[in-house]
Amino acid sequence: MSLQMSSSAVQATSRPLVELEDFSLWRQNRSVLDGLSFTLPKGQNLALVGESGAGKSTIGLALMGLLQSQGVKMAGRARFDGQDLVSLNARAWNGLRGRRLGMIFQDAGAALDPCFTIGHHLAFPLRRLLGLSSRQATERALALLESVGINDAKARLKAYPHELSGGMQQRVMIGIALACEPDLLIADEPTSALDVTIQAQIVRLIQDRVRMQGASCIFVLHDLALASQACERIVVLYAGQVMEAGLAEVVLGRSRHPYTQALKSCVIELDTAALEPPPGAAPSLDRMPSGCRFAPRCPRASERCTAEKPPLQGTEAHQIACWHPG
Amino acid sequence: MTALLFELLDVEKSYELRGGGAAFRPGPKRRLRALDGVRLTVARGDSVALVGESGSGKSTLLRVLMGLTSPTDGRALYGGQDVTQLKGERRAAFQREVAMVYQDARGSLNPRLPVLDLIAEPIRHHKLRAGPAVRDRVLELLDQVGLPAATLKRYPSQLSGGQVRRVAIARALASEPLTIVADEAVSGLDVSTQAQLLNLLVELQRRMGLTLIFITHDLGVASFLCDQIAVMYLGRIVETGPTRAILERPAHPYTQALLNAQPRFFAPIAQPLQGEIPSPIDLPPGCRFAGRCPRAVPACREDDPALMPSGQGRAVACIRPLTAAA
Ligand SMILES: Nc1ncnc2c1ncn2[C@@H]1O[C@H](COP(=O)(O)OP(=O)(O)OP(=O)(O)O)[C@@H](O)[C@H]1O
Ligand SMILES: Nc1ncnc2c1ncn2[C@@H]1O[C@H](COP(=O)(O)OP(=O)(O)OP(=O)(O)O)[C@@H](O)[C@H]1O
Ligand code: SF4
Ligand SMILES: [Mg+2]
Ligand SMILES: [Mg+2]
Repeated sequence: MSLQMSSSAVQATSRPLVELEDFSLWRQNRSVLDGLSFTLPKGQNLALVGESGAGKSTIGLALMGLLQSQGVKMAGRARFDGQDLVSLNARAWNGLRGRRLGMIFQDAGAALDPCFTIGHHLAFPLRRLLGLSSRQATERALALLESVGINDAKARLKAYPHELSGGMQQRVMIGIALACEPDLLIADEPTSALDVTIQAQIVRLIQDRVRMQGASCIFVLHDLALASQACERIVVLYAGQVMEAGLAEVVLGRSRHPYTQALKSCVIELDTAALEPPPGAAPSLDRMPSGCRFAPRCPRASERCTAEKPPLQGTEAHQIACWHPG
Repeated sequence: MTALLFELLDVEKSYELRGGGAAFRPGPKRRLRALDGVRLTVARGDSVALVGESGSGKSTLLRVLMGLTSPTDGRALYGGQDVTQLKGERRAAFQREVAMVYQDARGSLNPRLPVLDLIAEPIRHHKLRAGPAVRDRVLELLDQVGLPAATLKRYPSQLSGGQVRRVAIARALASEPLTIVADEAVSGLDVSTQAQLLNLLVELQRRMGLTLIFITHDLGVASFLCDQIAVMYLGRIVETGPTRAILERPAHPYTQALLNAQPRFFAPIAQPLQGEIPSPIDLPPGCRFAGRCPRAVPACREDDPALMPSGQGRAVACIRPLTAAA
């Protein structure tokens, strides 16, 4: 194979790393994710964007096998490297989680155990999953902390989580997720507590790894500009459904869905004087509208929109679920 | 003259670190200076944004300001009185007048209480409503932060990250405070929810003269919400003054670096600053930013620049500022 081969050619020859097909999830019989379909080719990054409560973290947790509990029901297909995740048993999950799948959790502070030092948090997975000796693990841990831009890493290994700033805790979580070099990294708001200079550094670090190891990353991002910079593909979610998906330059550059357009109009810039968010709030899980879930807040909604759910239609490059795309 | 609400007078806050371990230099106890000579005054009705490097001491500054921790040196005053010494009625007034939103929203909420009780607690505590009016007020607050009424019965563990953050904001608003001190209150929220909350805060500013002290990483949020800005780097305020003026013509090279690193649609991710971030434990002589500063000259590594007024309400700590604010 020639190195010059374009990335689209690679896509054609290898199967996607992640493939969701009509994937749905219920908690206590309430629909949280409804008929999601999207694919992520190997070596690419994808951003999940959308309203708070839309189900972004739920997708991440489901892909990590962390929702295999009572009260949660799943349907449809979710494949990782060709393997169906919906029917996977606990044993098989343990082989994937931490080794091939890594996750940076949204609430970094809550994800770190206050009783253990940072060094312990970092070294533990290295020893257990990669079988490193305690000295090797400490050395790797040190290198990882430095790679996420934490100064005085040696002293920080002995610190407890509460002794680090919020952004440092978040970077420790990133170090832990990167430790075992997963094939798929799920980064849930990885940089929301970081200043923009460190954010740029971290996103570049993740991008470099993706390029070097042919790994992929699913980011959950609220910063649409950052999503356009960091990811090839974008999936816009609203109330558990895909509204618009495809290539970043199309979905964010030439958005056609009223919800994506509303999101873009809420992006705040240095000279923003007024903000006009869409009226109302996202529906609650108990009271999902039956047609298009965005209809109650949509400026273009018609009778058909409230009666009939619009299907997700289009090509790999651009899919839209809307009766009246702009 | 407007009365000063908060005053930080040359505040220093340092933490003793655990020494020991063969890898560490023996000798005197190591101290980490989280804040070093910080001066800040906030008058009633002011809105101040705190921005800066992760770990630069922003959260520590708020903790000192709120009297949650005493400064190692210097003084923190509220209405002219030492904030850690407020007693009786003055203490009660302070608790009533000032509400805080913590950086770790999930960690700041009691996981055993449903949302109704979490938000009702300050209402009952300050006797702002009684009987069924309490519940009505909670519903009103939920609506203001864009959460449906069904949220009342949920526990924090059943809510998404952004929903928890909005509950924390509703709780802060519940005591009808005159001042809101917020640590990353809107980070990690989707842009439309963020826009809704920012509009709410601006309205409270206009209607009730709410005072705001707001940590944010988003310079757009800082400029939308706050008239004043203070940029922090490694325990110091390095630039301060009117937000618009500073973001239009930054004087400190670190402020400029922050502006350069702001995400921009479809642009390549900003080149991170080169050079070492010094450890707050072993601070080098001279300017703390010198190691990463593109404008540094040898003198920068010798003299520690103090925060000096530069006219028009601005001040900068740099011997080679970018713009001499004429
Ligand atoms: N343990 C739980 N039990 C019941 N419902 C839950 C639970 N966790 C989450 N939910 C609900 O599922 C929906 C999706 O939540 P999820 O955390 O995936 O949202 P999100 O898109 O990540 O939002 P955010 O941007 O606010 O983090 C929300 O309505 C949330 O309230
Ligand atoms: N209890 C503590 N013990 C020891 N060090 C501490 C403690 N609390 C904070 N620090 C240190 O003080 C410095 C400033 O922390 P602070 O939390 O104020 O930063 P911050 O500016 O809020 O950062 P971020 O944006 O990442 O939240 C950091 O180096 C942190 O590790
Ligand atoms: S389907 Fe109708 S309601 Fe839904 S986004 Fe399109 S126009 Fe709006
Ligand atoms: Mg989430
Ligand atoms: Mg902080």
